Amino acid sequence: MSVTASTLPLPAAGRVPLTLRVFAALDRKAWIALGIFLALALVAVPLLHLAVPPESAFHVSTYAITLIGKIMCYALVAVAMDLIWGYGGILSLGHGLFFALGGYAFGMYLMRQIGRDGSYQSDLPDFMVFLDWKELPWFWLGSDSFAWAAFLVVALPAVVAFVFGYFAFRSRIKGVYFSIITQALTYAAMLLFFRNETGFGGNNGFTDFKRVLDVPITAPETRLVLFGLTAIALAATLVFAAWLVKSKFGRVLTAIRDAESRVMFIGYNPLWYKLTIWVISAVLCGIAGALYVPQVGIINPSEMSTANSIEIAIWVAVGGRGTLIGPVIGAFAVNLAKSWFTVSFPEYWLFFLGLLFIVVTLLLPQGLVGLWKRIMNKKQGAAA
Amino acid sequence: MNAQAIRTDQPDGGDSATQLGHVVTGELDLSHGVALYLEDITVSFDGFKALNNLTLAINAGELRCIIGPNGAGKTTMMDVITGKTRPDSGKAYFGQTIDLTRLTEPEIAHVGIGRKFQKPTIFEQHTVFENLELAMKTDKRVWKSLMAWLTGDDRDLIADTLRTIRLDHEADRPAGLLSHGQKQWLEIGMLLMQEPKLLLLDEPVAGMTDDETMRTAELFVSLAGKHSLVVVEHDMAFVEKLGGLVTVLHEGSVLAEGDLATVQNDQRVIEVYLGR
Repeated sequence: MSVTASTLPLPAAGRVPLTLRVFAALDRKAWIALGIFLALALVAVPLLHLAVPPESAFHVSTYAITLIGKIMCYALVAVAMDLIWGYGGILSLGHGLFFALGGYAFGMYLMRQIGRDGSYQSDLPDFMVFLDWKELPWFWLGSDSFAWAAFLVVALPAVVAFVFGYFAFRSRIKGVYFSIITQALTYAAMLLFFRNETGFGGNNGFTDFKRVLDVPITAPETRLVLFGLTAIALAATLVFAAWLVKSKFGRVLTAIRDAESRVMFIGYNPLWYKLTIWVISAVLCGIAGALYVPQVGIINPSEMSTANSIEIAIWVAVGGRGTLIGPVIGAFAVNLAKSWFTVSFPEYWLFFLGLLFIVVTLLLPQGLVGLWKRIMNKKQGAAA
Repeated sequence: MNAQAIRTDQPDGGDSATQLGHVVTGELDLSHGVALYLEDITVSFDGFKALNNLTLAINAGELRCIIGPNGAGKTTMMDVITGKTRPDSGKAYFGQTIDLTRLTEPEIAHVGIGRKFQKPTIFEQHTVFENLELAMKTDKRVWKSLMAWLTGDDRDLIADTLRTIRLDHEADRPAGLLSHGQKQWLEIGMLLMQEPKLLLLDEPVAGMTDDETMRTAELFVSLAGKHSLVVVEHDMAFVEKLGGLVTVLHEGSVLAEGDLATVQNDQRVIEVYLGR
């Protein structure tokens, strides 16, 4: 689906309702593709998982559902990264932090949902009993509430991104300097979360979840609901992002990427534009993290490692920056390759990833989407 | 010229800071006939004085040319006026009331100063139409941009500007594909879309053909009166065509001022240009 096509079948004059504008953000082909994707995720996959017996070739296994669900979370992160990098020209190498913050925020709720079913049969999460803590620290207050957890999933990345972004963008930190600082930020957070005293389970993080909203978390139905929610979140993010980049805001954003001083001299303050897209991107990562944790069943500080954040940038580069659909393709391509590679040749994965990045940067600056466009153009050229 | 309210909805005064992208500005007061007033401006970079007690006044509606050898401080002067460089000392006023040394670049753009760079800076990935759309005078805060939608009047205005800068057949082309001269014109068009009171034009005809240069001169002359223009240029034929006063800058201060013929016969100016 081409989310980049710029046909706006709308009247030019007068006020156009927002709903119509959002509708116009994607062309017909893109809407159809999105519809097919949702039909597959919400109808076909559940049917093939529950109604088709495991012996059948058409059965979709639990493994496949978890894997695809996980990759859809990554794809959401990749779209978020594309907004800030592909369109805003700001390369963040710390997006893993926002993903992890969303994951931890929701993980706290999942830990409380374990109740007394943990190894120590205590009201406190196991790791706190292990540390000989007698009561919940203050920042765990309200963690038994789903609504509070959902709020934190959005608010925590938003606040961290806002505060960090405000000072970084106000100081006009750009380019590689910004990237390095974001690396340092996520690395510092990882070291903080590794400490047991921080109160988030140290290097083990959170795991052994039992329930979500009081239903068993590993039940097939729960998995399918989480899978479906992730698909909806990904689709909604694509529509939202398409509207965003097609709006005048999106044009200002790409203008800042290409000629920031000109943008200032025609009267826009880049600070607020950068900060807006930065916070939106962080919140999307937080939501992805919250959807990831119950499906994968674990969150630990390694999600904040610098390598993880760099990988996000690689997904976007492989798929194609500034295309929205590219990052989704990139996230799927790299992660499917990874899940095969790490089983077959586990020790060579990082070499392969590095090689992939070099090849893409040198030969495919527009990523897979750019390659596809080039092939189609050639075909058209040959036909003409 | 009477006092003109640029943004009457914002009476807070010109010294307020930008808050949440909200540009708060004072009113432009041209009642004393002076559009731009620089007094004793000094800017030094590592001890080198790029501007040295520069004093300069531009009248409302005036078309002024600034000439001077390389390093005379022409571009630094524009940097000071547009907020890119803060002066070490001195005053810079726009009209009677707006202290330019206390405003940021976007705020200065909002009070009505437009700038064309020496090297054409346009948005190469955007179409010609979009370049003008982005420059158009409007509320430029984030939320307004998110909800912005071009009205018929907006489109007419852009179409008019496209004709003025003779790019009406290139509207949907990416600006990066334009010729150098066309890029210069596009940047001038973006300036016009901002509806500024004062236009600063740094070598606007560099790289243009003779024909384009003459057309540009005609355009600038037609803009004078309604706007004040400050043109930095080396092309003497162009300066002559523009008419108006010429100010010669040398080593960061004003060396001579007058019409072109007077300035060209000034002994000090000849020395500066030809060497002793």
